[in-house]
Amino acid sequence: MNKIVSKEYLSERVVRFEVEAPLIARSRKAGHFVIVRVGKKGERVPYTIASADTKKGTITLVVQRVGKSSEKLCILEPGEYITDMVGPLGKATHIENFGTVVCAGGGVGVAPMLPIIEAMKNAGNRVISVLAARTKELIILEDQVREYSDEVVIMTDDGSYGEKGLITDGVEKVINSEKVDLCVTIGPAIMMKFVSKLTEKYNVPTVASLNTIMVDGTGMCGACRVTVDGKTKFVCIDGPEFDAHKVDFDEMLMRLKAYN
Amino acid sequence: MNEYLKAERSVAWREELRKSMKNKDRTAIPRVVMPEVDPFVRSHNYDEVNLGLTEEMAVNESHRCLDCVDPTCISGCPVEINIPKFIKNIERGEYLEAAKTLKETSALPAVCGRVCPQERQCENSCFYTQKLNKVPVAIGHLERFAADYERNSGNISVPEIAPSNGKKIAVIGSGPAGLAFAGDMVKLGYDVTVFEALHELGGVLRYGIPEFRLPNDIVDVEIDGLRKMGVKFETNCIVGKTISQEDLKEAGFKGIFVGSGAGLPNFMNIPGENLIGIMSCNEYLTRVNLMGAGDPESDTPVYKGKKVAVIGGGNTAMDAVRTARRLGAERAVIVYRRSEAEMPARIEEIKHAKEEGIEFYTLHNPLRYEGDERGRVQKMLLQRMELGEPDQSGRRRPVAIEGATDWMEVDEVIVSVGVSPNPLIPQSFTGLEITSWGTIVVNNDTMQTADDFIFAGGDIVRGGATVILAMGDGRRAAKSMHEHLNK
Ligand SMILES: Cc1cc2nc3c(=O)[nH]c(=O)nc-3n(C[C@H](O)[C@H](O)[C@H](O)COP(=O)(O)OP(=O)(O)OC[C@H]3O[C@@H](n4cnc5c(N)ncnc54)[C@H](O)[C@@H]3O)c2cc1C
Ligand SMILES: Cc1cc2nc3c(=O)[nH]c(=O)nc-3n(C[C@H](O)[C@H](O)[C@H](O)COP(=O)(O)OP(=O)(O)OC[C@H]3O[C@@H](n4cnc5c(N)ncnc54)[C@H](O)[C@@H]3O)c2cc1C
Ligand code: SF4
Ligand code: SF4
Ligand code: FES
Repeated sequence: MNKIVSKEYLSERVVRFEVEAPLIARSRKAGHFVIVRVGKKGERVPYTIASADTKKGTITLVVQRVGKSSEKLCILEPGEYITDMVGPLGKATHIENFGTVVCAGGGVGVAPMLPIIEAMKNAGNRVISVLAARTKELIILEDQVREYSDEVVIMTDDGSYGEKGLITDGVEKVINSEKVDLCVTIGPAIMMKFVSKLTEKYNVPTVASLNTIMVDGTGMCGACRVTVDGKTKFVCIDGPEFDAHKVDFDEMLMRLKAYN
Repeated sequence: MNEYLKAERSVAWREELRKSMKNKDRTAIPRVVMPEVDPFVRSHNYDEVNLGLTEEMAVNESHRCLDCVDPTCISGCPVEINIPKFIKNIERGEYLEAAKTLKETSALPAVCGRVCPQERQCENSCFYTQKLNKVPVAIGHLERFAADYERNSGNISVPEIAPSNGKKIAVIGSGPAGLAFAGDMVKLGYDVTVFEALHELGGVLRYGIPEFRLPNDIVDVEIDGLRKMGVKFETNCIVGKTISQEDLKEAGFKGIFVGSGAGLPNFMNIPGENLIGIMSCNEYLTRVNLMGAGDPESDTPVYKGKKVAVIGGGNTAMDAVRTARRLGAERAVIVYRRSEAEMPARIEEIKHAKEEGIEFYTLHNPLRYEGDERGRVQKMLLQRMELGEPDQSGRRRPVAIEGATDWMEVDEVIVSVGVSPNPLIPQSFTGLEITSWGTIVVNNDTMQTADDFIFAGGDIVRGGATVILAMGDGRRAAKSMHEHLNK
């Protein structure tokens, strides 16, 4: 049982929770995630650890309400408990001084991107963050992203904020204006697929954080499997981050629809 | 025969019982038949299939046991349960004594009585099988009877606990190996904490073996018993992730037992295996058993295929195919590349599966899968096989019959071709010796690893075994860790 300490709406459908989890707070690194379960009949669902406070013993999750399980979580209030939470899971992001790193986050993907932006900056990289969403209200965590980024590019589909266009337009502009050593992308699978296609064209090494369906999150079931470089990998233990240019995004997109 | 067994055998009541009936009459009694739920009824629910023996049946069956001078059955049991002693206790009506006898050596008799492959172990070594060429004494059924009797009587004997010695011991994993180890160590006065990665306790007993074979209540009673004895349980805690090897040392744990199991599912790596509707047996059984996906109230979804194929011939495959039947499969098929004689599953499981209308496609092996435009599996190509020369395991090797292939229509496929050791501990711990298979190397007598303070047992050492072997490992490890800590 993990107690919810605070709750804040980042947009109409996106909630930020601070949750008591002292052991996880202490051992987690950028890129790690947890699996949570709400209620005795609840399912196990993964969420990235957006940040942690080791002194308070809390971690932060940013959750987008998309269906039954995220909804059950989003209606919880401070003082209430998450039934089960386990982590930190997955491999931590590979952080080093690459030079210039573009962090391309779409929608709620900005939340899991945040700890990576911070760690990349602290490792001495020049960090350019490209945030994208359908419309202005869905751009989340902009201030936090600005704190650790050398530059921030904002893209909206409808042009209501930042520049009008897709995330790929933003990334392409950066690549055309300076040498980019690495691109990290997190967001809906379809978005990551197109970012990956783009950076492949420009030969920019790219890492994508995959959000497949999971059950245990510890390598036990294989529900999370994806094809990377022609081989089957388990996202929960071999990932969640992979060389985007080698990921079979079409298969992943197909598998995400398994229960829809 | 050892002195202890001899002395036990010569107590007055046993002498008397032996004389009370002629061996000729004993051997003339037909073996008891386990009452079962009707196959049609049971293939539509999750209730336990075997109903258990009545008192009368159990006593009648106990007459069959000859209380042999040389009870060969005992050496067939991996934990050497004093079989004639417990059976003779049933014969004289002392059921609680029988249960106590079981507990002298087995930590989970109600579990083993249900899931042990008895036909290969104790019952295979029984005098009836070995010398009389008759069906063996139903040791497993009797074991279950005694354990259930005790549980239902409300008189569960609580073992004596030595005064606390204050030494903290950590157990990684709550499967049969970890539970057996924890039970023995707490009895010796240690302060034992079991860390479990999942949100429920029991390992495979919980997430693998289905309710219709091993009801969760039975596992709960065993775990409650351990709790009452003072064992602490921490669920949702992955050692190597949530807490590290160093954390355990710093927290003052004086010894560690690794019973982390064989959790990593194998796939066949054939074309189309990642189509929707194809999954590992672990995924399927975890969704149903751990997450309750068969229950409409559960949030966890599961595929409910109408034409389900399960690839493999082990217990896991039988559990999956019978589960699929219960979830509404009109056609549920076992696809196995060898013949039925080579199937590793328990004979009882195969029999029950057949009664429930499961089809057996032996000597067939999938080559590839094809799906529809949405990526859902539709059919699979099967290679027909024949048996060739025996391989290293002594089983005849399946060989493909050139050009003999068939398509089978399927809408769900469950791949049950074995598991590999759980890599979490081998990858995150230092000081252990790991084989190329990913198992942890131990001294086979003491279960001690390359690190003096770490012991290991069960599937993480054996790569895949049985409940009773895992449990036996846990017990052996407890004994030698205790000796090691008191040197
Ligand atoms: C490593 C990782 C990190 C993630 N981090 C975040 C995060 O920080 N914030 C965030 O908002 N979302 C995150 N997600 C996605 C999040 O887990 C899904 O949005 C969530 O599971 C959807 O559940 P639902 O029932 O609300 O949605 P629905 O769309 O209604 O789900 C329908 C069904 O699809 C299945 N399903 C779909 N996606 C998943 C999944 N990922 N895991 C298990 N089952 C799934 C479930 O069985 C569910 O019943 C992450 C996913 C992964 C794999
Ligand atoms: C479907 C199925 C049916 C079977 N049927 C039979 C049968 O009929 N008869 C029989 O004798 N045997 C059967 N077996 C085999 C038997 O169940 C296993 O051999 C036995 O359970 C192994 O016990 P164990 O304690 O080594 O591991 P497990 O039972 O696998 O338990 C290991 C536990 O450790 C936990 N864990 C792993 N890593 C960590 C970590 N780092 N930190 C914390 N916890 C961790 C896991 O979550 C798990 O709960 C079956 C197996 C399966 C899968
Ligand atoms: S524990 Fe298993 S092998 Fe041993 S006597 Fe019981 S059923 Fe037989
Ligand atoms: S070998 Fe068979 S008959 Fe003899 S003591 Fe054992 S169970 Fe009884
Ligand atoms: S979620 Fe089960 S193996 Fe990855």
